[in-house]
Amino acid sequence: MKLSINWCRDFTKIDSADKIDIKKFCDRMTDTGSKVETYEVLGGDIKNVKVAKIVKITPHPDSDHLLVCEMDCGEGTPRQIVTGAQNVFEGAIVPAAIPPATLPGGVKIKSGKLRGVPSDGMLCSIGELGLTSHDMPGNDNSGICILGEEFADKIGEDVLSALMLSDIVVDYEITPNRPDCLSVIGLAREASASFDIPCEVPAPTVEPMGDGDDVSNYVKVDIEAPDLCPRYCAKVVKNVKIAPSPLWMRMRLRAMGVRPINNIVDITNYVMLEYGQPMHAFDYKCLDGAHIHVRRAHDGEIYKSLDINAEDTPLISSMLVIADDNKPVALAGVMGGANSEITDETSLVVFESANFEGVSVRRTAKAMNIRTESSGRFEKGMDPETCMPALLRACELVNLLGAGDVVDGTVDIYPGKAERTVLPLEPEKINAFLGTDISADYMVSALRKLSFEVDTESEPAKICVPTWRADVKCMSDIAEEVIRMYGYNEIETTLPVIRMAEGGRTERQSFDEDLKSLLCGMGLWEAYTFSFISPKSYDMINLPKDLPVRNSVVISNPLGEDTSVMRTTAAPSMLEVLAHNQNHKNASAMMYEYATVYIPNGKDELPTEKKSLAIGMYGSGDFYRLKGICERVLGFAGVRDYSAFSTDGGGEFHPGRCAELRGVNMIGDETGVIYGTLGQIHPDVAKNYGLSGEIYLAELDVEAIYENRRMTHEFIHLPKYPSTSRDFSFICDEALEAGKIEALSRRVGGKLVERAYVFDVYHGEGIGKDKKSVSVRVVMRAPDRTLTDEEADKTAEKILSAMKNELGITIRGV
Amino acid sequence: MGLKETLLEIKSEAERQLHASNANLEELRIKYLGKKGELTSVLRGMGQLSPEERPAVGALANEIRSAIENEISEMKAEREKKLKALMLESEKIDVTMPAALPDVGHRHPLAQAQRELENIFLGMGFSIVEGPEVELDFYNFQALNMPEGHPARDTQDTFYVTDNILLRSQTSSVQIRTMEKKKPPIRIISPGRVYRSDNADATHSPVFHQCEGLVVDRGITMGDLRGTLLILARELFGKDTRIRFRPHHFPYTEPSAELDVSCFNCGGKGCSMCKGEGWIEILGCGMVHPNVLLGCGVDPDEFSGFAFGVGIERIAILKYHIDDMRLLYENDLRFLSQF
Repeated sequence: MKLSINWCRDFTKIDSADKIDIKKFCDRMTDTGSKVETYEVLGGDIKNVKVAKIVKITPHPDSDHLLVCEMDCGEGTPRQIVTGAQNVFEGAIVPAAIPPATLPGGVKIKSGKLRGVPSDGMLCSIGELGLTSHDMPGNDNSGICILGEEFADKIGEDVLSALMLSDIVVDYEITPNRPDCLSVIGLAREASASFDIPCEVPAPTVEPMGDGDDVSNYVKVDIEAPDLCPRYCAKVVKNVKIAPSPLWMRMRLRAMGVRPINNIVDITNYVMLEYGQPMHAFDYKCLDGAHIHVRRAHDGEIYKSLDINAEDTPLISSMLVIADDNKPVALAGVMGGANSEITDETSLVVFESANFEGVSVRRTAKAMNIRTESSGRFEKGMDPETCMPALLRACELVNLLGAGDVVDGTVDIYPGKAERTVLPLEPEKINAFLGTDISADYMVSALRKLSFEVDTESEPAKICVPTWRADVKCMSDIAEEVIRMYGYNEIETTLPVIRMAEGGRTERQSFDEDLKSLLCGMGLWEAYTFSFISPKSYDMINLPKDLPVRNSVVISNPLGEDTSVMRTTAAPSMLEVLAHNQNHKNASAMMYEYATVYIPNGKDELPTEKKSLAIGMYGSGDFYRLKGICERVLGFAGVRDYSAFSTDGGGEFHPGRCAELRGVNMIGDETGVIYGTLGQIHPDVAKNYGLSGEIYLAELDVEAIYENRRMTHEFIHLPKYPSTSRDFSFICDEALEAGKIEALSRRVGGKLVERAYVFDVYHGEGIGKDKKSVSVRVVMRAPDRTLTDEEADKTAEKILSAMKNELGITIRGV
Repeated sequence: MGLKETLLEIKSEAERQLHASNANLEELRIKYLGKKGELTSVLRGMGQLSPEERPAVGALANEIRSAIENEISEMKAEREKKLKALMLESEKIDVTMPAALPDVGHRHPLAQAQRELENIFLGMGFSIVEGPEVELDFYNFQALNMPEGHPARDTQDTFYVTDNILLRSQTSSVQIRTMEKKKPPIRIISPGRVYRSDNADATHSPVFHQCEGLVVDRGITMGDLRGTLLILARELFGKDTRIRFRPHHFPYTEPSAELDVSCFNCGGKGCSMCKGEGWIEILGCGMVHPNVLLGCGVDPDEFSGFAFGVGIERIAILKYHIDDMRLLYENDLRFLSQF
């Protein structure tokens, strides 16, 4: 909300724009709760431009399009200025820049010669003064600004004062709880309280015409939806003469960022800015039946706003309209209708000053996608008490501007008059709440400055809240009013005295943090990506069409398709991260994301949010490196009962380079737990992301890992007896998985086998085509004795015979 | 030649041989000191001497023996020392060559900023509570004193899933979920992801992170809020940091404030970082609104509390001087490796 300092001074005598310490003003306003975003000094960029009269015009001796003007600039002696504009005439009053002069945009005007003829200044167009044809009606940018005869007595005066261009405009951030501050008067009240300067809002006066005419001869108003319209006030103005409004009004509107249109429209805008109360003016001749109905729209009823690009729009019955006997003429509180717009021919006007229920206006404006100054105010909750003074102010201005004759009598239908809010003043509670020691007297005086009426006679003292402060409802609201005047920063800092309670990280929070540290320690970089992805991502990673993982939580109002569904897998985001890095010539990458995924639970239920650990890498290791990282993660959680199973990659992964880590029990049966999938990304998927080379990706289910963790530690005595090991090299088909040999060794070896692992795989000479040699080391140990060779050999034989019987393989050379 | 002369001759001969270049110390040791060595055989002839002569010759023999022994062991040590020095010399490497760095990754800068915040509050005895990101309208708005149609809802452009389910626009939702489950004393922070429908640019992101704080017990004052946030500001930005409260409005706190900290770049004199103001806005806070307490079954006449919400991106951007928020979500290793 903008505030013109000049306008504000109509109500409270803060220093004028040319005297005020604006920085101090803004700081204090911010400290007392009206946050100043910025301020602008109007006219500050214009220097030495004067009102001047063209005394004589002679043609330029060497140019057809230049004119030599003899100017009266109020200096006593004439001044010669050459101009190229053709709209000048002898006797015209114009703005003239007198060197050394400055114009908006930093343009400097100096004396010089134009085609040999000295020119001692420049005649200015409206554009050169930063004005528009709305600000200065009758002028455009094609010629010099012609000021009217009313400036005849201002020759020699600076245009800043003559055109009322000097002002300071302060731009406030008004929070939604303070719609009363969306007005000059509201902000003047705040300034008055902040600087302890009285504030006076004169009651508008409208002299009766006394011609026997009355508003009832023109219009009847019925509120048919009193729940949505607490108050409707109206007056009629006849003999309207549509004309531009006077300079002072145009300049005030301009300062506040509103474009002047004509006197009637300008009055409604002026009053809205001054009082905060949105006004509307209807052309009376468009009202069928001389009857205004404030009613809910009929479903499908057509309305067209007065916006230039508006189209006919059907309404629904939850919307409130202002209608005549036949049709809606305005969308209540939002915008007038094209059918009743003020035009240059308008001669009879109905001024509406009404109060509409905020939620309904908000919904209507949102549904119709029309946000106006009016709807923005109503939806925050306006004070119905302001309707009447604002209406009278508009009529006062009609009289002041001579814009028409205000018909006697006023429509005022007020079904929603509310009780004033009265609260007790509780100084002790307030001090205990704030941690302060503010006297009751200070509180009373602060509240009174803010227009609260305080009755200190009663016990406890009673606070009567101003009607425009609907946001004040309880003790903490009063505490805020007091402390914003007293100073938030005057509150002494203390620390809470609070009973002890459990603090610190939970077991799960520590698990997550420690796991992330481990991943970083293994050389992986943590990534953060958006939680929403494109539904096309599931195609990009080649997921089968019917896979449940495609079922995602869908955002109904996304920014775009790319960010429209909540991810159920962290893979697409990780691939994008890898692609970004590869595109930016980072030679290798090892990354992880501790991503939340969102698994839908049905339309009206919240999804399950799970942590998924995505690991992605290129240029730094192969499948087995990735597998090692994944196994370290499981190892961190103490998960030992799992195996890697080869899978076909499901489209997403290379069909020959993908494994699933699944739970297995002691005897090798699957437990049904899936810890995750890892592998090389399918070349087609890599291509979809613009990735080249071997791209590795794993996605681990952190929830499954955490649930199956074994992180309590129990000491096992260090072995007292030495171990014995036996190495075997088996010749087998290339397709036989080494893991099967390892697992079988463990299973049949029984208790004596401490470890069994593949330590070498050999292809080549002497092995045969499509064959390989797999070397396994079996480490055996007994806890209570040194194993004899016989015992070790017996176990070895058991393993060898199981290999032969179950896998059909024998050791090399046998 | 008597034994004595023989001994002296052996000694001088031994010394000559020992100091000859290429002397084989072990051979010489055996030659002179070994069981069949020259000195030993001389000593065997001691029997021929008269008992008067024996002690003197015996002493001389022992003296010569230990002199030769010492000489040999000293020379051996000397030789080993030289050999070792040669070996070490030959093993010299260029220590200015590049290191073989073990692979190590870093936490994301946002994670680092979040951890710093968490540690400050954990140190004050807070617990960390998390809540769902896909949330019911009730927890994100209604219970926070923003019923449907409340104008403040517009200040947070919200992503919706259904009319009733949304992506939380603030971590304040966790306040409600906490107070529903737990009676005061409450002392929690709740870091997490929040969503607003802003297009990504240098200063906006549709996904960002907040850390909510909530303290509720008997007798909690606004002074306590100021004191707690002063600790936060000083831990985050240095011990000389000053704080400033500015009145503001949030529907779920009353009174509400925005917290500025003195610019840690210029100390408050005014610089480009604080846009000449000397102050930098870092968070919103206030006393928990009585309607919020009531809605959670906490009696506002008995209990009071404060709440605050700080943007983790904001802290990271300020602390690390990051000038474009999008960098945080691109995960370019050239960026990540700076933190």
